Amino acid sequence: MGLGEVNRTETYRERIARRAAQEIEDGMIINLGIGIPTLVADFIAPEKRVLFHAENGILGTGPSPANGEENPMLCNAGGFPVTLVKGAAFFDSATAFAIIRRGLLDMTILGVLEVSQRGDIANWIVPGKRVPGMGGAMELAQKAKQVMVLTTHLDKNGRSKIVRECSLPLTAKAAADLIITDMAVMEVREDGLYLREVMEPYSVADVIGATEAELKLDGDVGVFR
Amino acid sequence: MANRFDKVISLEEALTYFHDGMTLLAGGFGGVGNPPTLIQGILDKGVRDITLISNDTAFPHIGVGKLVTERRVKKVIASHIGSNPNAGAQMTAGELEVEFCPQGILAERIRAGGVGLGGILSDIGIGTIAEKGKEKVIVDGKAYLLETPLTAEVAIVYAKKADRFGNLVYDTSARNFNPLVAMAGDVTIVEAEEIVEIGELDPEEIVTPGVFVQGIVQSEGVNWQWAWEK
Repeated sequence: MGLGEVNRTETYRERIARRAAQEIEDGMIINLGIGIPTLVADFIAPEKRVLFHAENGILGTGPSPANGEENPMLCNAGGFPVTLVKGAAFFDSATAFAIIRRGLLDMTILGVLEVSQRGDIANWIVPGKRVPGMGGAMELAQKAKQVMVLTTHLDKNGRSKIVRECSLPLTAKAAADLIITDMAVMEVREDGLYLREVMEPYSVADVIGATEAELKLDGDVGVFR
Repeated sequence: MANRFDKVISLEEALTYFHDGMTLLAGGFGGVGNPPTLIQGILDKGVRDITLISNDTAFPHIGVGKLVTERRVKKVIASHIGSNPNAGAQMTAGELEVEFCPQGILAERIRAGGVGLGGILSDIGIGTIAEKGKEKVIVDGKAYLLETPLTAEVAIVYAKKADRFGNLVYDTSARNFNPLVAMAGDVTIVEAEEIVEIGELDPEEIVTPGVFVQGIVQSEGVNWQWAWEK
């Protein structure tokens, strides 16, 4: 969207994705998780050329195919049909994770259940309740050069998902670099979690009040509209 | 299977290798690359108490997910069961044992089994509950977890093309775990969309050499509706 244009129907999920897309640089190799992260692809500026990695064995996935054009065997890791971009490659799952473990992903974009002020990520198990499994999240969170977390600020019960210490079993320790929610953009640094931007219409006080983690300030806090 | 240069067999003959209490390795990811005809055959034969090693439990009515839904599986080793609520419900009820393994480590454990290695060393999951029960090994001062190899009595594989020796070509992202699984079965049965004569495949395009394969079955095609088709 251009400056001054307001998309009145934009959901909070789309706004998070639109903000996340600003972090993406030309030439990056990126893995998108399921949920809000998947939406990020729609907001990347066309002049930026990136390659999307799908851990089921594709480097170079493209947009969704048109209705009726789907190849049921050609899907992303979420199980949805995709197309390919020029230069795409197929490989087996061992190679898909070789790319991850060797640190060849510039960025992974993940959803979480909790993320701590030190960047610890919990996103694969709520013991006794919901146990989907870690899938590829441990490798992605542990080995991608940059780990961006996209999530709602609060869970369904209104509790902060941005916490001092994760209460759920971890996916990876000290993994997250940047956290983007419907309320704020926060950066994990060596000495703590910094509030970089607030999402309109929230104030700095709103965000600090809604956040269980200790939020530090360093100069001006921007506003993302 | 007497003829090493023509491993094409009937589904009925293939099913003689499947039995109650068996260990079963399956290629596929979210159902994509699960062999539909072999899975239907396992269901129709009534095989139960299966230990299933597969990336995931697919969806309730898709691929290996049907084996879980029909309660044929007693234990699963997988990275993810979230797309099949039946797996989660059976696990919670204590009816299904689930061993979770990070996806890339699962791939390497299967590969290790398939290539004759005694295990692999990895730092994935250190500092999480995924390290529970695993031996730590220090190499050049760095800690790794010892991950054990996986094999199974029967491995089932889906390929786009197979020649009669069992040389295999896969289908886009249906490749996923299939080439790894193909190496790790005591017996590997391939379901192929198309079976061709020896010599028809370009040696450069073959992903799995036929020496790993014991039986080839003609696929009858996918017999489920994909989740995205609704």
